[in-house]
Amino acid sequence: MTTVLAAGCELEVQGDGKRNDQTQLWMRAEELHTLTGWDLKPEGLCKDEACVPLAPESLKEMVDGEFIDASSLWQSLDRPILHDAARKTWMLGEGASDRSRQLESLQAPDFSLPDIDGRMHSLSDHQGKKVLLATWASW
Amino acid sequence: MWQKLYEELQDQNFMIIAVAMDSRGIEAVRGPITKAKTTYTSLIDCDHVVSDLYNMVNVPQAVWINEEGRIVRPTEVSGAALSLNLKKMRKTREIYCNAIRDWVTNGEDSPHVYSDSEARAHLPSYTPDIALAHANFHLGQYLWNAGNRTEGESFMRKATDLNPNSWNFFRQMKNLGNRLGSGGPEYMARVRKRSKLGNEYYPLPDMAGMENLKK
Repeated sequence: MTTVLAAGCELEVQGDGKRNDQTQLWMRAEELHTLTGWDLKPEGLCKDEACVPLAPESLKEMVDGEFIDASSLWQSLDRPILHDAARKTWMLGEGASDRSRQLESLQAPDFSLPDIDGRMHSLSDHQGKKVLLATWASW
Repeated sequence: MWQKLYEELQDQNFMIIAVAMDSRGIEAVRGPITKAKTTYTSLIDCDHVVSDLYNMVNVPQAVWINEEGRIVRPTEVSGAALSLNLKKMRKTREIYCNAIRDWVTNGEDSPHVYSDSEARAHLPSYTPDIALAHANFHLGQYLWNAGNRTEGESFMRKATDLNPNSWNFFRQMKNLGNRLGSGGPEYMARVRKRSKLGNEYYPLPDMAGMENLKK
């Protein structure tokens, strides 16, 4: 079992046991979608409306039956990917250009977080109101 | 800090979402939230996701978001200047809260609401090192909380090196090691060092009335 983290998400992936012991992170297409919102399509790697084209030969290397080599895919998107020494926990980071583009659009990025009772709330729940989004910490 | 302002403005289509950046989790903030009897939305962000999304580096920082979900003032210090000068601290808070009142009452006509180009000009730049720092921090605090402390701390340390402007990374890392560590000697030394480099701990918001309070 391998734990994969992404911004706002954490998933235990079954992966493809024989290969995840090595340098790659293989997971099912639906697991990649749950974690990151990205899907592999014939035209390339797609999220929402946007697609990044991938050369057919690299696509071939990254896909094996129902499994995808998420580590190579993530590198081809030029996003940070990290793992612990035991390769049991991986982090799929977001790219600076995507974060910048989102902020430059001035559309406030949505998020879902729990209150102290564990109930989830999203920024988008408050659309139609002015929102002061303010941070603090106990430390 | 926000409860009184919220009670005053809550009938004017206004919400405060206070996000606690706390890798120690819900229990670390249950006390203060319960004690403050907050009626606005109070959330806990164990992975510092909001910092990542909005390019934040310290607390308290804030963003103003209008009815359509658009950012009309991007990430900035929310009016509480760290200062031994209590009078100055009260003044910055008063100016900031008055600006919020003006925005809530007058909407887009408020002088504190940025045009799109002004808002973009005030966005802190999101660099590849910052993106990599967030990935390192997220993984580091996860490993720390999973009991793998040595490796966890080294990822968090890497995050503070990649984005030395982030007090959130540094202080959270120190606090995980020791609850008092976030304000300890290493923190004080870092504040002095960063300050010598011209890196203000709490740069005041670009807001009418604040300019006279700058050093």
